[in-house]
Amino acid sequence: MKPVTRARIADVAGRYPTKRAALLPALWAVQEEEGWVSAGDLEAVAHALELAPADAEGVASFYSLFHRSPPGRTVIDVCDNFVCQQNGAEALLEGLCRRLAIRPGDTTPDGRVTVRRQECIAACHQAPAVQVNLEFRGPVTDADALLREIA
Amino acid sequence: MSAFEPVLLRRAAVERGTELEVYERTGGYQALRKAIGALTPQQVMDEVSAANLRGRGGAGFPTGRKWSFLPKDAPLKYLAVNADESEPGTFNNRVLIDADPHLVIEGILLCCYAVGISEAYIYIRGENVQGARLLERAIAEARAKGYVGKRILRSGFSCQVHVFRGAGAYICGEETALLESIEGRRPQPRSRPPFPAVVGLFGKPTVINNVATLASVTDIVDRGADWFKSIGPATAPGTMLYCMSGHVRRPGVYERPMGTPLRELIEEHAGGIRDGKRLGFVIPGAAASTALVESEIDVAMDYDALREIGTELGAGGIIVMDESVCILKTLERFAKFFRHESCGKCVPCREGTVWQHRLLERLNTGLGGASDVATLKSISEQMNAKTLCALGSFAAAPQLGALRKFPEHFAAHAAGGCPLKVPAHA
Repeated sequence: MKPVTRARIADVAGRYPTKRAALLPALWAVQEEEGWVSAGDLEAVAHALELAPADAEGVASFYSLFHRSPPGRTVIDVCDNFVCQQNGAEALLEGLCRRLAIRPGDTTPDGRVTVRRQECIAACHQAPAVQVNLEFRGPVTDADALLREIA
Repeated sequence: MSAFEPVLLRRAAVERGTELEVYERTGGYQALRKAIGALTPQQVMDEVSAANLRGRGGAGFPTGRKWSFLPKDAPLKYLAVNADESEPGTFNNRVLIDADPHLVIEGILLCCYAVGISEAYIYIRGENVQGARLLERAIAEARAKGYVGKRILRSGFSCQVHVFRGAGAYICGEETALLESIEGRRPQPRSRPPFPAVVGLFGKPTVINNVATLASVTDIVDRGADWFKSIGPATAPGTMLYCMSGHVRRPGVYERPMGTPLRELIEEHAGGIRDGKRLGFVIPGAAASTALVESEIDVAMDYDALREIGTELGAGGIIVMDESVCILKTLERFAKFFRHESCGKCVPCREGTVWQHRLLERLNTGLGGASDVATLKSISEQMNAKTLCALGSFAAAPQLGALRKFPEHFAAHAAGGCPLKVPAHA
């Protein structure tokens, strides 16, 4: 773990009425600094907040946004919920995955791009809605153009 | 009607409208100055009660009454602001925060002043990084100018406002799951009583309001309850941020008086059905509401009028579908969503959402029969109002509504076909 990550965890640990309440902010700090939340880093967070590692794991695993294995450098989330589906989300996913020769949920072998299906991201008026490293963009219909932009 | 001026989204088209300087120049923080300078906390609460503002998150509970439930003498109370919107079809929180973060913050401060709260948490879904950034920046600007923090505007009122990011879980929009999430526990709803007004965040009395509700408070204090009540129906006054999506020409958020007819929203504001097709059905209150057909769309879009015809306003997520869309495919996708988002705490929801999804998959792939339709109905009935939180009922409602309204579509699927011949049934 980088010193900056450790410092950020220490910072959020004292910010709330309980140490436990710093758990999500600390996990976000880890993910932002380290790129993902490894088992070792999760244990370090648990230790800093005086929680049992299994307890922290139980919380972290509930959420969908924490990477528990190293993701690609660019993570593309495609909303495949109903309205996006009705506006071409499946075609977009298919285009991205065909071009990258991966399946939804996978990362390219060179570690460059991860493509994931995502439940509704609250932008149905800009369907199909996409997040690139959590930055919203939409509507996105052209897979090739998107891949060129992030290259 | 053409004279209608937007309230919550009035700064959407203003250049740099999210910045404090522009917000102040266009009347911002006047309501807070007025409250702190000239009104007692009780007077602010009374004004909000008199305005008959109802919660914009979907339940439509009177906001002033909710505030009044908090014990007056408790030394420490919290406000938890719900910006976790995640229900398919709903996106007005995102648009509101993007347009006017300071309006939200001013509403938060007014609520805290009225109720005697010194600490507010804005819980925003983890995916919405832009919204979180805008709110963080707005809070920092407001703190620098003395609107947030200790002794606000040199008065005795102090209030801290924090942004708290979720991490991807629909259930966190449920008010007690939201509290659990902030506290660092698995976000599973609490059993009630005790209610959050008595035992809420960190065990203290807590108000939980949607961001759109709080943004509405700002102008109630600024312009008065009578002005607010001059917009929309007496039973649910004010404006609503209607989210229009699906097969319409101009999807987007339209701020209109509460109770605007659904037909007007679809045909005038959203530009009607695109591609020369006809209307199939409308989901008026996002994934958890019962679909409406063409003959029903003259309904007024408010809590009570929609409940009268067996559906819900929710947070105003209107999904419009053309005639080519199969209602059972729609229900299958929503069932998949609720299956994914069930927290697993209550058995009827944990098991029921899985069965609902499986049964609809069977019916949509030609493998189902009449007994599957009967099982879907029975399971949905066993989930409805039988769980600790509303998610079980949310998953049940669109199924039960559709079973009632589209029996011929279920019968056709049970016989191995789709009346619309929708090809994607494999």
